[in-house]
Formats: sequence, C-alpha cells, structure tokens
Amino acid sequence: MKSLIRIFAVMRKEFLQLSRDRLTFGMIVGIPLIQLLMFGYAINTDVRNLSAAYVDESDTHLSRQFIADITASQVIVMKQRVASAFELEQLLNAGSISIGIAIPEDFDRRVLARDRQAAQLLVDGTDPIIVGVAQQLAAMPVRFDSQAKPPQNAAILEVRNYYNPERRSAVNIVPGLVGVILTMTMVLFTAVAIVREKERGNLELLINTPIKTPELMLGKISPYILIGLIQLSLILGLGWYFFQVPIRGSLIHVLAAALVFIAANLSLGLLISTVAATQFQAMQMTFFFFLPSILISGFMFPFDGMPAAAQNVAEFLPLTHFNRLIRGIILRGADITSMLDELLALAIFTVVALTLAILRFSKRLD
Amino acid sequence: MKQIAITANGLTMRFGSLVAVDSVDLEIEKGSIYGFLGPNGSGKSTTIRMLCGLLRPSSGSATVIGMDTKKESELLKQKIGYMTQRFSLYEDLSVKENLQFISEIYAVPRKERKQRVAQLLESFSLTDRAKQRSGTLSGGQKQRLALAAATLHKPEILFLDEPTSAVDPQNRRDFWEVLFELAEQGTTILVSTHYMDEAARCHRLAILDEGVKVADGSPRQLGESISSHVVEIEADDLNSARLCLMKNQEISSITQLGIKLRIMIPKTVSDPLQLVNSTLRGENIEVKAEQVFPDLEDIFVSVTQQRRKEIGA
Repeated sequence: MKSLIRIFAVMRKEFLQLSRDRLTFGMIVGIPLIQLLMFGYAINTDVRNLSAAYVDESDTHLSRQFIADITASQVIVMKQRVASAFELEQLLNAGSISIGIAIPEDFDRRVLARDRQAAQLLVDGTDPIIVGVAQQLAAMPVRFDSQAKPPQNAAILEVRNYYNPERRSAVNIVPGLVGVILTMTMVLFTAVAIVREKERGNLELLINTPIKTPELMLGKISPYILIGLIQLSLILGLGWYFFQVPIRGSLIHVLAAALVFIAANLSLGLLISTVAATQFQAMQMTFFFFLPSILISGFMFPFDGMPAAAQNVAEFLPLTHFNRLIRGIILRGADITSMLDELLALAIFTVVALTLAILRFSKRLD
Repeated sequence: MKQIAITANGLTMRFGSLVAVDSVDLEIEKGSIYGFLGPNGSGKSTTIRMLCGLLRPSSGSATVIGMDTKKESELLKQKIGYMTQRFSLYEDLSVKENLQFISEIYAVPRKERKQRVAQLLESFSLTDRAKQRSGTLSGGQKQRLALAAATLHKPEILFLDEPTSAVDPQNRRDFWEVLFELAEQGTTILVSTHYMDEAARCHRLAILDEGVKVADGSPRQLGESISSHVVEIEADDLNSARLCLMKNQEISSITQLGIKLRIMIPKTVSDPLQLVNSTLRGENIEVKAEQVFPDLEDIFVSVTQQRRKEIGA
C-alpha cells in the first residue's frame, strides 16, 4: 500500500515535470513526425529518374527504338544526346549524369549476331544502388518489332511481389520507423530523466527518504510507457495517412509487441542512467547503442544480407526482434503467436537489463 | 538522566589515500542543537552523510536513536530528516507540489496529508508562495521550503548540512528561531556550518579540522579551555603596532578587526597585558589594551594551530 502511494507519487511528479518541460514535450511529438516525413519521403530504394545521356553512333531504327524503350521505363531520364563516348565519360565524371549509354556504329549487326554485347552502359559506380539499377537495365531485351510479339529472351522466372506489389519503400520504412523512434526516445528519455535528478541533487534527497529502489524506478519509467504508446499511434496513424501503409494484422498484437519492446528500451535507459554521471554522458551512451540499432537491426539493410558476425550482434539488439515482429504483424498480417521467440528475446533483454539496473542503483552515495 | 540520541565511535571515512574523517567520537544529547564547525573540506558533510547511512564508514560505527547506521539505514530513514547543502527539491514544481510529493514519499496517510502540507506552509510563512515554482524563490524562501520538507514527517533527528550558506542575516536569524522551537519540542538537530556566529548559537559543538575532531563542548567551555589569552588593542597607528608585535616570538597570532587588533598569546605567559604593553613601549607606541573572553573564531584558530603544531613537531 505504502509502496503504491510512493510509486504514484513519483509518477505524478514525473507527469507534472513533463508537462512543464516544453522541449521534451515537443520532442515526444516532434521526433516521430519529422522522422516519419523525412524517412518516408527521402528513403527510396525504388529508384526512378536517374539522369542519363547517350551517344548513338549507328542511328538506325533499331537503336532509336532501344533508346525509346529504355526511356519509357522511367528509371532514367535522358538529359541529352552527345556526339562521342568520350563526352559521356566527361559528363559522368562531372557528376551531371549517373548513367551513360553508348551505342556503337555496328549496333544492328551486333544485336543480330549475338556474339557480344550490342551496346555499353557507363555507370557511376560510387553508389551501389545505381549499379543495381544499371544491371536491371542491361537485362532489358531489344525488340525488333514493337508490336505484341513477346521478347525472345523472356525471363525464365516470373517475380510475384507479395505484400507490397507497388514496391513502395514507405511500406517497409514506416513500421521499421516505429522501432527506431521508440528506441531513440525511450532509452534517451529514461536515461536522462534519472541522470537529471542526479545532476540537480534531487537524488540526494530521495535516497534519504524511505522510498525503495524498485518503487523509484517503476514510478520513473511508467509515464514513458504511455508516451511510447502515444508515439506508436502517431507513427502508425501518420504512416497510414501520408504513405497509405496498411495495418494488416491485429491492433492488439501490434500493441502487445510494442509494450514488450518499450519495456526493453526503458530498462536499458535505466541501466544507462545508473552508469552515466551527467546528462551528456547518458546521451552519448544512448547513441552508442542507437547507431548499431539503426544499421544492423534490419531497418536499413536486409538482415539476411549481413555477415554472420553482424547478425549475431544484431540478435542482442531489441530493435532486431521488434522489426521482425512489427513488420510481420503490420505488413504480412502475421499472428503474434507465430513469433513467440521474438517476444521471448525481448522479454529476456528486459529482465536482464532491469535486474542489472536495480542492482547497480545504490541508495548510498559511495 | 539525559538521553543520548547519537553516538559515534571511531567514525572514519577514507576516499582512496585521503582520510576525509578520522576516528571521530560523538555523543549528542536528545533535544539539543549540536554544531559541526570547520572550514570547507574538514569532513562535516561526510560525517553527516555517514550518520544518515548515506555513506558506509570505512571503519568505526555510529548509533542513531538506537539504530545502527550500517545495518538499519532503511529503517532509520523514516525517523530522520536531512537537509542537503544544495537545494534539492524540484525547481520545476511549485512549493505546494513539492511538499505534497514529499508527503506521499513518506506515505503520510491520505487524510493527514493535506492538513500537514497546509500546516507547514503556514508555519514556514510560505502560504502566499504555495503556487510559485520553487526554482523562482529567493534564497531564504528556498531554505524555508527545504526545512519544511525535511521536517514534514516529524523526524526525531534533523541533519542540516550548511543550511544557511545562501541566506541573508535576517533570514538566518529567523531560521534559527525555528530550529530552537523544534529543539524545544524534542527534535535533536545536528547542523554543520562555517559561520562563527551560527556555531555560537548551538548548545554544544565540535570543531573539525582536516577530518579530525579537535575540540568539543559548549561555546563557553571551549572558550575557557583554549590554551591562549586574547588581548584586544586600540591604537592610532595600528600598522606599526602590528609590525612591532609581530617581532615578539611569544605572540601566536595577530588579526585586525576594523580599528582593533586581536592578539593571541599562549597561556604559558602569565600576564599577557603586560607582555603586550612592554613590547609596544619599547618602540614608543601608545595603545589601549584589554584582555577579552575568546570568541569562537579565536577558539577555532587556537585549536587548529595547536593541532598543526603537534603534527609539525
């Protein structure tokens, strides 16, 4: 009973302080909003409109048809036609185009003979994504007749895109963003909230009262659970509104996954707060953890494409497990019970971090 | 039979190679105001923190109202109040919110909570500031709020760590009025300070220097026990009098206080007035000399000097 009074006292105090701290309050709403719009519009792996130029030394019906076909794909935008391959190289070097197409004099003969490549694609290889696009272009068939006849070298495999047929990046990014934003704000807010009390001397007063460590910690982190849920709704709501990201799974499952994930991050924040002496240190430690979370959790790059060592490290990051959960539930409409091992991983992380935090937090000053 | 509220035996605190508190023994009567007098870094705060159970002594032990500070520190926290050197309530909460928060932390029963907060606001003259953010209070108001918070749960013992360092003289006087009232009601108060006038108000005090308790007793006892006479002189030309007296090896210290010089002479000299007069007459300096009762500053200087001499020897 007394415990409850104390936990609620700390919670109430935390809410009062939050409502008066305009910066933090702004960050609660601002971070999801800005990041969602930024990532949603900017991260686009579905490349279109790359600048290109070409040189056509054969200038036949076939070569003109080929250029027209490539342009029609919308992957590239033909900026200009130049007179020689050398000029293409210059443009590429100056950065004014990413892709150059050089059609030699004997293009028609080469296409017919099929003894070597008919034309050359010059690519700015500094960006691997552009190289990938170039490879797609290279696979494009040259048609002799633009009428309905199927291309001779039609692909053997037909690709069927599940869950995201329009290949919109936002569909993949937005659910991932839920995890990224929650990682950042939850860890940072809790870590800073306790270290701030240390810095301002409030803790010296608190540890001299009968309040117990778990009571203090519970009271401190509970308000942030609510804030985490507000952010979750904000991101999913805005993602649906701006980017038409569907929620195919059950909202209850989304909520359950998010709650376990929030708990994991709050525990980590608490642990950081017991190590850091100043708010600045707490921030540094948060970012030490945040960066790998973004890079190797599968948010940025496909998890399976990473080297085994990175995958092993990633398994210790809560965001890795949450990404699988949230993408599964939101995009594939998966049932949470089919991913219980991910939930379990998050729960273990929470228990370990929380135990360490409570053990490390001392009600003495030495 | 007087009741003892706090006892300490050989209380010692080491931080690495530094000995912050060196085997301090204490015996503090219930309902008294006990002062720790000492310069910055003399171990006052560290001693208080050990007595509260916030620091675990390197060696030695302390008993506060019958409880061992090492083993029963959590239980003890219900019974003691602690006012930190720095204002440690929440600056972004109002005066009333701070007190409410503290009352909930001490789990004061719901019905009594409101009444207790109102009563404290009233008796510490903070009622008209109840809704003000505590960060915007003046030094004196902040200190009253801190004391109100420290006494909210009616502790038997109150530890005050340099409570008046940011307060003007009038507020300091009012503050002491409150302390005396609390002591009369039976609260034992342990207060650390480096103000002499404040130390003089304590029933008893201990002088700490570099972690060592160099003297203790009531201000009167301390004055009688020191090993120096104090002579005050007035002269037209204080500077030459000072220069002249400095040549005499028997005089241990000379301090200027406005238009007076305060001279300390070891008690081994039987007639201090005569010593001063004869020294000055040698250089034809006319002064008015008078022997006075040592004040706390004299006591402080005397006991610390004596200790340094002992260590040096």
